[in-house]
Amino acid sequence: MHPILKLIAQRVALGLMLLFAASILIFGGTMMLPGDVAQQILGQSATPQSLANLRESLGLNEPAISRYFSWLGGFLQGDLGTALTNGRDIGESISGRLGNTLFLAFWAAVISVPLAIFLGLLAVRYKDRIPDKLISAVTLTTISIPEFMIGYVLIYWISIKLGWFSSVAIINDSMTLGQKLNAIAIPVMVLTLVVLAHMMRMTRAAILNVMQSAYIETAELKGMGMLKIIRKHAFPNAIAPIVNVVMLNLAYLVVGVVVVEVVFAYPGMGQYLVDHVAKRDVPVVQACGLIFAAVYIGLNLIADIVSILANPRLRHPK
Amino acid sequence: MNDQLKSMTADVAKGTMTRREFVGRAAALGVTAAVANTMLANSAQADGHGTPVRGGMMRIGSSGGESTNTQDPALTASEAPLNNIRAWGELLVEVDAKGELDYRMAESVEASADAKQWVFKIRKGIPFSNGKDMTPDDVLKTMQRHSNEESKSGALGIMKGISEMKVDGDNFIVNLDTPNADLPFLMADYHLMIQPGGGMDDPGAAIGTGAYTLEIDEPGVRHAFKRRDDYWDADNRGFADEIEQLVLNDATARTAALQSGQVHIINRVDPKVAALLDRAPNLRVESVAGRGHYVFIAHKDTAPFDNNDVMLALKYAINRDEMVDKILRGYGTKGNDMPINAAYPLFDDTIPQREHSIEKAKEHYAKSGHDGSPIVLRVSDGAFPGAVDAAALFQQSAQAAGIPLEIKREPNDGYWSEVWNVQPFCASYWGGRPVQDQMYSTAYLSTADWNDTRWKRPEFDEMLNAAKAELDNAKRKEIYSKMGRMLNEEGGLILPMFNDFVNGVSNNIGGWANDPNGPVMNNKSHIKCWVMDA
Repeated sequence: MHPILKLIAQRVALGLMLLFAASILIFGGTMMLPGDVAQQILGQSATPQSLANLRESLGLNEPAISRYFSWLGGFLQGDLGTALTNGRDIGESISGRLGNTLFLAFWAAVISVPLAIFLGLLAVRYKDRIPDKLISAVTLTTISIPEFMIGYVLIYWISIKLGWFSSVAIINDSMTLGQKLNAIAIPVMVLTLVVLAHMMRMTRAAILNVMQSAYIETAELKGMGMLKIIRKHAFPNAIAPIVNVVMLNLAYLVVGVVVVEVVFAYPGMGQYLVDHVAKRDVPVVQACGLIFAAVYIGLNLIADIVSILANPRLRHPK
Repeated sequence: MNDQLKSMTADVAKGTMTRREFVGRAAALGVTAAVANTMLANSAQADGHGTPVRGGMMRIGSSGGESTNTQDPALTASEAPLNNIRAWGELLVEVDAKGELDYRMAESVEASADAKQWVFKIRKGIPFSNGKDMTPDDVLKTMQRHSNEESKSGALGIMKGISEMKVDGDNFIVNLDTPNADLPFLMADYHLMIQPGGGMDDPGAAIGTGAYTLEIDEPGVRHAFKRRDDYWDADNRGFADEIEQLVLNDATARTAALQSGQVHIINRVDPKVAALLDRAPNLRVESVAGRGHYVFIAHKDTAPFDNNDVMLALKYAINRDEMVDKILRGYGTKGNDMPINAAYPLFDDTIPQREHSIEKAKEHYAKSGHDGSPIVLRVSDGAFPGAVDAAALFQQSAQAAGIPLEIKREPNDGYWSEVWNVQPFCASYWGGRPVQDQMYSTAYLSTADWNDTRWKRPEFDEMLNAAKAELDNAKRKEIYSKMGRMLNEEGGLILPMFNDFVNGVSNNIGGWANDPNGPVMNNKSHIKCWVMDA
């Protein structure tokens, strides 16, 4: 077998084992939280009898281990089960939420990744001069401000004062693509500002590192233009660390944006997960947790493979 | 609307200022003529009377919604789902803004002389949204679902005293173990939405006799409703053709949505920003004193709270004015260590108000002989908004009286199951009830499940039962007054403040009328108001 295929197979198998371990951790963790789903549903209006009745009908009186295995059995057959709190089919609810999360992450990535890399290249081109310092100063400022703060500021100016875009990012299937993009415009801006600095700085650092090599000097001595040197000689050799940090940020855009979801009332996975953790709705927490873990593992796998493909020494091991 | 504009609109209403003058002066304040005219139109209707406008789409933004919500009234516990069930369902009776009964599915109620039997005459010919007519049998089945052996309903606690329920012709009859003059008020509990067949087969089907049908149900995100053409009470409710409820749990997101015109009505405006928000020209902040209260509760059966001098020292040490001022920003009123205020019928306003007094706190603390070990107060912001800050204020004023109060901060998550009603001294919140009897029976009867101050006094229980059976209001008022005084003097309840319901309303909404029973007109603004430019 080709060594790369072998490596992918190994990584995928390892990923599956990690997912299994994650499912046990999530289940155990949710069990350790105080209170159970019946108490959380009834809240302040619980009486001992209504609690007992609700526990009975939700099947909470079975031992935790047997609940875990019956969940695992269903999961392996592709059945995510139903939410304990409202009896909805988890697969159905999640697919809509996941679609929304990916939609937002996709548009944020489409704008932020090329922009970050472009700004990184620009910063290298004008290293230590005003454009470089300006780019660093602005992006480092926006990454340092909490995202909800950026969100509120943008809502105030863009939505309330100027009235350009909506402050509520609730989207649904009956909206056209244009309406959806209008609804998510401000959240996309916020996310772009939040992830820009990390990717930009890494691009800048990685390329500057390569720029000190002898072959760059040679290219320079041959009279090649600066941007062309960066594009043809420096960037391909700096791609591995850049891809790594891009993947980390993509993972963040998928799994870490709950604060932005709350500020804009965006119906994504984050808010869905938090609601169900608060109610101790274990099957939903499991399903969301595993999807998040799979996204992280998958994106890291892609980052590894791309770095190997980009490096001839790794591509053809001795 | 700012104060100046408000007084100007009042002047126009009184006839001391002309319309033209108003528009001119409003322009000087930076308000356009179109907006100024809407303001006038609104102020004419602000009392809920103007001519209703039919049609259009009303959007409301609500906190208190989660993706875990269902349409099952038995499991409704927060505001967004409550708005939902009010749109498609109706109760036997409701309590109106004046605290009187508003007859819905029942057209009249009669009690036997001893208040042990109650007869609800059920209206005829009212269709459910599935086309079938609502019958007394549906009422009976509904009540059974909330009170039988397998009930998981939030209303189970209030259904306890009922010994028998039956149907007789057009009547639904309730027999009680002990007399209860306030039984119809219990039937106004929002869980008890009348459903076909009692909702036994499909409790979350959202089929009822309400003015709207549920069209889109995305829990924690949005819910959309369409008006029913065959609604029985179309003269009074269901003016907008469509309603959309957006779940906006973040306070700033909610305010921004109202300011930018994406929603017409929002609940729970943060008191910190209410005054600022009210200055915006296209909306107003409506606040109404309610029965909800922010409290610190101590178990009377646990040391040191079993020592009444410790309790009194704590009660005198708390600075109520400061709390209303700093925690509620003035959107509330002082409490008097009893769960009843002027918003309740039969309230005795002659009971003296307990004031902040360091001297008296010191005196009682010295008299109690407490050993000086720290008194631990458990608190979390999940108990009520600003609870941690309120506890810090309490700690400071207690310290001034030499009382060692120690604050232990608990997580929001799990607060109601692990701390409230479990730990001996903690912060809490009560939403209040329509009548005194229900408030006392829920939390101050010796045997109540939610007796969160462990207040177990046979003489108090006797008075409560005597008041229940008493149909003469003057005598009942006297009994309730005694009970209030007793709690005020000896109870484990420290009640510094009653909070107002603070709502944000667009000027494009007509028919708004404040209701002390709950936020956003007791969660009925969407079915009782109309969109003016529909």
